[in-house]
Order: sequence, then structure tokens, then C-alpha cells
Amino acid sequence: MQTKPLTLKILDVASIIVLAISTYLALVFAPTEAVMGDVQRVFYFHIGTAWVGLVGFVLAAGTGIAYLVTKDMKWDRLEVAAVEVSTVFFFITIVLGSIWARPAWNTWWTWDPRLTTAAVTELIYIAFFMLRQGIEDPERRARFGAVYALLGGLSAPITFMVIRLFRTIHPIVVGSGQGEKLPLTSDMRVAFFFALFAFTVIFIDLMWHRIRLGSLEEKVEQLKLNVSM
Amino acid sequence: MKTASPSFFKATMAIVQKDLSAELRSRELLSAMLVFSMLVILIFNFALELDPDVREKVTAGVLWTTFAFAGTLGLNRSMAVEKDRGCMDGLLLAPVDRSAIFFGKAISNLAFMLIVEAIVIPLYGLLYNETRIFQPGFLGVILLGSIGYIAVGTLLSAMSVQTRTRDVLLPILLFPVAVPVLLASVKASGGLLAGAEFAEILTPLNLLIVYDVVFIAISFMVFDFVVEE
Repeated sequence: MQTKPLTLKILDVASIIVLAISTYLALVFAPTEAVMGDVQRVFYFHIGTAWVGLVGFVLAAGTGIAYLVTKDMKWDRLEVAAVEVSTVFFFITIVLGSIWARPAWNTWWTWDPRLTTAAVTELIYIAFFMLRQGIEDPERRARFGAVYALLGGLSAPITFMVIRLFRTIHPIVVGSGQGEKLPLTSDMRVAFFFALFAFTVIFIDLMWHRIRLGSLEEKVEQLKLNVSM
Repeated sequence: MKTASPSFFKATMAIVQKDLSAELRSRELLSAMLVFSMLVILIFNFALELDPDVREKVTAGVLWTTFAFAGTLGLNRSMAVEKDRGCMDGLLLAPVDRSAIFFGKAISNLAFMLIVEAIVIPLYGLLYNETRIFQPGFLGVILLGSIGYIAVGTLLSAMSVQTRTRDVLLPILLFPVAVPVLLASVKASGGLLAGAEFAEILTPLNLLIVYDVVFIAISFMVFDFVVEE
């Protein structure tokens, strides 16, 4: 295994810096929201983590297809890295959302379309890891993982559309819909877009580390195989 | 890979015929699914105290939960039989298109599920004096829902039998991916039972059809990757 590339080292430092700046922007710089008060500040990280969470899941479905077509293990490593990092971020999204929902909706959890879809998506990707754990052959593990990531990526949007038939109370920031709108002031926008940027950097950094770990794992597996033979 | 193979349709039907005649002789799968279904309804009866007021709202949900649980039982069994007795290898060696195996297994699984439903629905109607469930729209929704559920279930059961945890894994893999089918079916069939206009249930019905088409197509495309050695 080569030593850590310089770019990755720089990215590590950059991740810490942008996280610090983003924290400052969210907690101090952004004005306090008039109706909801300080608890609204959780929103910046909520969106940031949700964004990278979703990017990861879409990436996983894409790399799944790429693996099935090329049978190149590098896509598998990318897929596992994407799902693993995204599952954690998505969990953070759900927890942060709950923290916000408690004062705003007076409940930790409600079966709102977005919340339900988030929960189902999280369960799909936990199942993804349970599936992979049960398979020893790395090639088959990669194949099944790719198929399942693809199914999960297709099923989640349909879940969302179905649950939307029931009513929603989740605020809408991006895109259109009939839900409650959340107007952002310009300072809020700065904090908002910086949070998106910060989490994207952190996501790439963590992905890179996980991919390196993946190739290390593969090497160990190979060495174990050599010893036993 | 075109050889002097039997036609796609013939190959599919041969597999269906094999499964049905094997089941006709042993009856182990259908009897297990039926007894299990009745037990689930029995448990629901006491857990939810299904008096007329409650039934008004939950009939569709109770029936769909029962079918989903019984369905996993059947899916698991039908694929495990192939795997344990080495039949799967035989099927894979046969000079037929692999997707014929998928459609064959899916159609026989669907047949088992429909047989169970054809017995459970009248029984439910009899037990609870519920005549509304015999309307053609309701039965049509049940059919559409079963098709989607079985399509993705057949694919996932082919995956789960090849893992270490096997039977335990199928519901964990299947339920989160099948959430749209179950929700849309409950929504559509519940609406029909409540005497809703056809226009009201059109959206869940459309989503159900979309899910069926997408997941039959995708299962058909990736089945090759799931069974290849």
C-alpha cells in the first residue's frame, strides 16, 4: 500500500477547515429565524448531510450498473464506499431532523412522506450490508451488492411518490410543491450553500479513505488466500 | 448464444409445469402458506380487535400484510428447493435463455400466491361477513400488487438462497424494496373498500403499474447476474 497521497492529505485538512467554517456560519453568522428561533440552525447541517447522503445513494446505483457491465472490482469498492459513507450521513440527517421536529412539530417523528422515505432508504442500505456480509466469495458479493444497490436506487423514488399520496408537513426549501415554504435571507443562503459545499468536500474525503481501505481489505483477503494454499 | 433451444415461451412453461406438478404432489408449500396466513389473520383479529369499526379502516392493510408474510414463506421455499437438491444447476445447464428460468419461477410463485389469496380472501369474507372485498376492482389491485411483489421477490430470493443467512435474509431484503407495492396496494384497495371514486385511486393504481413494469423489466435484466457461477 502506498503512503497517503498529498492531495488526500490536503483534502483532510481542508475538510476540517470547511467543517469549522460551516459550523461558524450556521451557528453564529446566519441570522436567527424569526418563527422557529435558534433550532432552525440545525437545518444547515441537516440539508448538507442529506445532500451527500442522496448523492452517495445515486452514485451507488450508478457504480452498481458500472460493475455489472465491466466486472471491474474498482466499481465495487467505490459502491461500498459510497453506500457506507452515505448511510452514516443519512442517519445524521434523520437525527438532526428529529432534533428540529421536536420543537417545530412537537414530536420526534411523524410518518410524513420524506421521513418515511428516509427511513425506508436507510433500511434498504442496512439490508445492503447484511446481504454482503452473508457472502464469502468477493466476486459474488460484488455482483449481488450491485444488483441490490440498483433495486434500492429505483425503489426509493417510487416509495417517495407513493407516500406523497398521504399529506406532507415537511418544509420545502428546494424545488416546488404545496408544502410550507421556508424563505431564506441572503445570509442564510451563504450558510446554506457553504454547508452543501463543506459536506461535499468531507464526503469526497471520506469516500477516498474508504476506497483506500477497500483496496487494503482486498489485499489482505488475497494474502490470507495465499497463506491457506 | 442461440442454439437449437426450445422456444422461450416453451421453456418458461416447462418450468412452471415442473413447479406446479411438484407442488401438486407434495403440497408442502401451499399448505404452509395457507396455515400461516390463517394464523396471521387470527393474530390480527386479537391484536387489533377487528370489530366492524376497526375493520372499516384496516381490512386492506391486514390482508396485504398477510399476503406479504405468506409470500416470503413461499418465495423462500420455492428457491431453497431448487438450491438444496441441486436443481438450480440443472436448470442453469439447460440450453435455454436464463430469463426463461426467471419467468418460470416467477409465474409459479405468482400462481402459489394467487391460490393462497383465492382461498384466504373468501375465508376472510366469510369470517367477517365482508362482501365488499369481492368487487372486481379490489381483486384487480390484489393481482397487480402480487405481480410486482413476486417479480422483485423472485429475484431477491434467488440472491438470498446463495448467502449464509438464507431464509432470514429474504424479508430483510424484500420488504424495504417492496414498500411501494405494499403501500400503493393498500392505498388503492383501501380506497375501493371505502367506496371511493375510481379517479381517487387512479394515482396509486398508476404507481402500482409503473412499479410492476419497472421491476419486471429490471429483474429480467439482472437475473443473469444473480444466477451466474
